[in-house]
Amino acid sequence: MVPLSYYLVLSGILFACGVIGFLIKRNIITIFMSIELMLNGVNLSFVAFAAQWHALSGQVFVFFVMVVAAAESAVGLAIIIAVYRTRGTLNVDQVDLLKL
Amino acid sequence: MLHLLVFSVFGLVCVAGAINLLVQRHPINSALSLVVVMGSLAVEYLLLGAEFVAAVQVIVYAGAIMVLFVFVIMLLNAGVENRTKGSRVAMLFGIPGVLIGSVLVAWVLLQHSGTGSVAAGALPGPPKVIGWLLFHDFLLPFEVTSVLVLIAIMGAVVLASHPADVQQSAQPDGKEG
Repeated sequence: MVPLSYYLVLSGILFACGVIGFLIKRNIITIFMSIELMLNGVNLSFVAFAAQWHALSGQVFVFFVMVVAAAESAVGLAIIIAVYRTRGTLNVDQVDLLKL
Repeated sequence: MLHLLVFSVFGLVCVAGAINLLVQRHPINSALSLVVVMGSLAVEYLLLGAEFVAAVQVIVYAGAIMVLFVFVIMLLNAGVENRTKGSRVAMLFGIPGVLIGSVLVAWVLLQHSGTGSVAAGALPGPPKVIGWLLFHDFLLPFEVTSVLVLIAIMGAVVLASHPADVQQSAQPDGKEG
């Protein structure tokens, strides 16, 4: 028997690691991976609450979050490819203009 | 007891992978540690009795999405990132702020939501029940996400296609005559 709060603390740690990575990393791909880390942390808390309250809708919501994350990563990686093609760099400090 | 042991081991692996993602400087190393995080999260889902979510986590997240990431890293030949120095004020106030905030959140969670506990396999989420929910109660959101995925595919194709190819295909017979 593991208390629910342990799962919540683990999910909070994962979300915090994602936020820190989003702020300190400079490679645009790694920043994108930090966003995925945050989504995973949220998913863990969804499943933990679903198990706590015996509501299977939580697991269905995790499924929807995964689908949206897949769509988001497809579009995001396409944007990264387009940015790299026009700027020639992946460093976000050098990508500071909306228009070329 | 065994439940707690498995939870702790895979939780530690999960946190170690997340911290390794932050520490590594090459994107490919970060991507591989993210795969470790997702794999150990799948074990945590299994502990919570969500077998369908665990399977989807491995197939979609650790499989499809991470392959896409690794593919883009290889395609763009991403090298080691060069770090920029953060401001001193951010270091001075940020680190104590993060420590105080995290201790506060952990304390509140442990104090006020620790009443219930999750037994191993307490709520088996068999794929049959999940599928029934998905195609019965959540049918409209399911269809909307299918439209979303279709739009995302088209958007990715448009964004990633080369601009010169788009111009050539827009005027196919411009240079012929």
